[in-house]
Amino acid sequence: MSYLDYGTGSRIADSKAPQGPIAERWDRRRFTAKLVNPANRRKHTVIVVGTGLAGASAGATLAEQGYRVLQFCYQDSPRRAHSIAAQGGINAAKNYRNDGDSVHRLFYDTVKGGDFRARESNVHRLAEISVQIIDQCVAQGVPFAREYGGLLDTRSFGGVQVSRTFYARGQTGQQLLLGAYQALSRQIAAGTVEMHPRTEMLDLVVVDGRARGIVARDLVSGEIGTYMADAVVLASGGYGNVFYLSTNAMNSNATAVWRAHRRGAYFANPCFTQIHPTCIPRTGTHQSKLTLMSESLRNDGRIWVPKKAGDPRAAVDIPEDERDYYLERIYPSFGNLVPRDIASRAAKNVCDEGRGVGPGGQGVYLDFADAIARLGRDKVAEQYGNLFEMYERITAENPYEVPMRIYPAVHYTMGGLWVDYDLQTTVPGLFAIGEANFSDHGANRLGASALMQGLADGYFVLPATVNDYLAGAPAVGDADASHPAAVAALDETRERLARLLAVQGDRTPDSFHREIGELMWEYCGMARTEVGLRKALQRIPEIRAEFWRRIKVPGTGAEFNQALEKANRVVDYLELAELMCLDALHRSESCGGHFREESRTPEGEAERKDDEFSYAAAWEFTAPGQAPLLHKEDLVFEYVHPTRRSYT
Amino acid sequence: MKLTLRVWRQKNADAPGAMAAYEVDGVSPDMSFLEMLDTLNEDLIVQGEDPVAFDHDCREGICGACSLVINGDAHGPERTTACQLHMRSFRDGDTIDVEPWRAAAFPVVRDLVVDRTALDRIIQSGGYVTAPTGSAPDAHAVAVPKPDADHAFVHAECIGCGACVAACPNGSASLFTAAKVNHLNVLPQGAPERESRVLDMVAQMDAEGFGGCTLAGECATACPKGIPLQAITTMNKEWLRAARTSKR
Amino acid sequence: MSWTSCGWPPYGRRMALATRDRRPPTVRTLWDSSVGKKTVMAVTGLIMLGYLVAHMAGNLKIFFGADEFNGYAHWLRHLGAPVLHSHWALWIVRVGLVVSVVLHGVCAFQLSRRDIKARPVRYAHTKARTSYATRTMRWGGVILALFVVWHLLDLTTLTVNENAQAGHPYENVVATFSTWYGNVVYIVAMLALGLHIRHGFWSAAQTLGVGSAARARLLKGAANLLAAGLTIGFISVPVAVMTGVVN
Repeated sequence: MSYLDYGTGSRIADSKAPQGPIAERWDRRRFTAKLVNPANRRKHTVIVVGTGLAGASAGATLAEQGYRVLQFCYQDSPRRAHSIAAQGGINAAKNYRNDGDSVHRLFYDTVKGGDFRARESNVHRLAEISVQIIDQCVAQGVPFAREYGGLLDTRSFGGVQVSRTFYARGQTGQQLLLGAYQALSRQIAAGTVEMHPRTEMLDLVVVDGRARGIVARDLVSGEIGTYMADAVVLASGGYGNVFYLSTNAMNSNATAVWRAHRRGAYFANPCFTQIHPTCIPRTGTHQSKLTLMSESLRNDGRIWVPKKAGDPRAAVDIPEDERDYYLERIYPSFGNLVPRDIASRAAKNVCDEGRGVGPGGQGVYLDFADAIARLGRDKVAEQYGNLFEMYERITAENPYEVPMRIYPAVHYTMGGLWVDYDLQTTVPGLFAIGEANFSDHGANRLGASALMQGLADGYFVLPATVNDYLAGAPAVGDADASHPAAVAALDETRERLARLLAVQGDRTPDSFHREIGELMWEYCGMARTEVGLRKALQRIPEIRAEFWRRIKVPGTGAEFNQALEKANRVVDYLELAELMCLDALHRSESCGGHFREESRTPEGEAERKDDEFSYAAAWEFTAPGQAPLLHKEDLVFEYVHPTRRSYT
Repeated sequence: MKLTLRVWRQKNADAPGAMAAYEVDGVSPDMSFLEMLDTLNEDLIVQGEDPVAFDHDCREGICGACSLVINGDAHGPERTTACQLHMRSFRDGDTIDVEPWRAAAFPVVRDLVVDRTALDRIIQSGGYVTAPTGSAPDAHAVAVPKPDADHAFVHAECIGCGACVAACPNGSASLFTAAKVNHLNVLPQGAPERESRVLDMVAQMDAEGFGGCTLAGECATACPKGIPLQAITTMNKEWLRAARTSKR
Repeated sequence: MSWTSCGWPPYGRRMALATRDRRPPTVRTLWDSSVGKKTVMAVTGLIMLGYLVAHMAGNLKIFFGADEFNGYAHWLRHLGAPVLHSHWALWIVRVGLVVSVVLHGVCAFQLSRRDIKARPVRYAHTKARTSYATRTMRWGGVILALFVVWHLLDLTTLTVNENAQAGHPYENVVATFSTWYGNVVYIVAMLALGLHIRHGFWSAAQTLGVGSAARARLLKGAANLLAAGLTIGFISVPVAVMTGVVN
């Protein structure tokens, strides 16, 4: 049976979501959730994988509540998780500006921004909690930007009409993460969190249908061990690195979520990928990752390409009437400020026409000449100076004199493990929080919402819902590392790594990663077609077969071996890529970050098909290489009614 | 460009290490320093040799993972992290020395990778505000004067890379510790633990085997985030104040 | 229940955290800490610096002739009279200085040992510019310690001063600076003193937390002035003897 012949399983429903008025649902759920007696909490162990915003905040909060926490990260320190790289800010419906913001407005903006593919209940809860997050972070000493009166400053962000984004210069993610890291550090010192840095989760241990532990490898000694617990929380981030080049950290990976998927957790909307329009273009085949530049640049920069394909002239030599300011031309009312997905696709289109600029024709100009003429160089430097410096450091070009070159890049994955309202996956006792789950952003994430979701899940949602699970979970201590299921998971992992080391072929892990990444970017990137996706689905198993024939991993498994770590991650990318393509193929509509060439309006814009696709696609793993099973979760919109997004 | 690299190779913490020379050809000036190391590693793997181990992650200059001493300078000749250092800072035919951070508190794990958990333990000893989740008052309950907020931010920018320790002739972590003390002690939220924080963090810094500060100033020169040397003076002042007044 | 199948040392607990529930007394806190020891060095350094300023000023009396200089020396021995007995004030100062020198030296030794231990492996690619101040302080300190010993044997106990006569300091000074080695030892030591004060004064200000960006110029200026003033003041005496201005 071919991988494409997926079956459709029973519909899936979010059994934990409370009913009633949307503004009361979270309170209601918190009240109905069972509690664990404080004296009994220390008898429960919870594993948290990852130390980003979601993981660090969850680990710290669970430990504060009295649970015993085992926390893992692959980095040398929990402070280095990739949440640290988020620049812009964090949304909260504080309405400190008195500009008409409210919880309901943040809820509305997020559901609409997600192109009506997110759950209303979850998004409303997120908007409610956003307010508490700011309070919590300020109490921890996060140095948000302040005004002269000493109160918090806010700014507006793409696609909304209120000023609700709190920020700490261009390093909001760093400051929020350090706040959570410090809270976690306090618990580590108190002995309530046992931290395992440089330790990577390689498999999930499921005992009698419940998540009871993980298999993890100490990256320094190479030792593979089993860690047992009463619940497992995955906060391991997104899977954007399937594309090889992305704005993710080099070592961010999909292994934790993919292994959980293989052990029974459904994977929802894997094809929903966000591609950010303003990244620094690649310079050559040596490129290892892409660097994002804040979206705010589009406020004053004008985007253009030459009218003539293959124009060899330098930007400054191209006269005004031979330039195509294509966003202003196609979308006169929004101009350069169209949403991320639209801007990204338009850039791809002009480059496909051969009008791209820079090496390989993969770039468009972002020109500040007009802004400098209008505002003066000093004013521009004041607003964008640090971004201009960053650009110049990387490209050695001075953006005050020559236009910047930008190109879209993979940035965030809205898809992830399917979770219910309690953030629990389809494996009882296995929770997924932050970017690792699929819950809140639908088909497109708004700017400054990722930080909000990570912290909402970790500080407030998960700690409340884990109680409910543990209160009803089987007696403590009935599973240990000698359980046959744990031993089997450990053996399988050992075997997999041994196999990788045994091939001794002639290609490096990176060469395969680059190959699958390029394939995905080509066929499952900004614009997807049935023909292309079918081609990719045919090619992926071939690459996978070649991988297992030709992979070369030097050294042994019993030492610090970065090539082995990388190879093992590529194994999982090669499987996840296939599911992403299948999901993209099955969803023959365009919505948010998922654009199918076949589904567009007469003007060429994305066309959603609510009759057919108003559901979350949750995929069930069947067997290696075998077609998965699709479960649909219907999305119901009671408060925000789906409309078509138009920006022309 | 064609370069000669001399890289510290050391199999593990217990094995002896030595500098080893490699020729790297076809280096583009647009490559970052780490991408140049990537190309070397790709060649080494195909030849069946162990690639050079080095820490790296975000490659945007913010996670603080990269930790290379390049030609005797922590993070190399430019004031940035090694991941943001580009090969255009070097010339064709150059010989470049690449070494790990050197400090007793940072044992080598392998090649250019060192163990920096000592810095985490300094934070664990007091580099936080005790604010359990759910206990926070409204964010506007306490106004923070903008100069104080800015002072806190400048010091909160520390990425914990350890370049200050690597550059210090005494292997001191004073700048790292001082950055956190400055960040939290200036804020009203950090005030209740002001004394215990600085006393405990300095004590932990000493216990980890870092050297003391002789104000050589190398740390502030090497810091990719520009944490000022003055931070150490302020930490000393806080420490003396705490030593005099702390009663707990 | 076994938590894990392998017992690695858990991170964060490899070394007991130094956090204490009860704080020891301030003196203990000072002595146990690298910052505290630096404070001891700063305070004792400033005490010695104050003494040196007075000492140098007194030395300059040599330019007013033997009677005045010897008279000054005589007055010193009776300082504080009639409340204090003869020599008492001098002994109080001496004890204060010995305590300062010993504390300063012991702290310097212990801190230096800690610093050297903290950087056991050198970089293969060395840079000369590093640790100028550190080297100056460490070697300068050692030179000064040796000098103090010689200086006391020379002009206080008169042990190594061949033509010395007790109670005739003016003549003894002239005798010392009439030998080439006397001049060399003294001048080298005073140059070392200048460098030591130049970094030491500024460093003490930072250790005591009085330095700030606004005061940086003031402190560096004061350090330079003190260093230059003391060096020139002290060296003027042997120069005067050599050139015959004082004989």
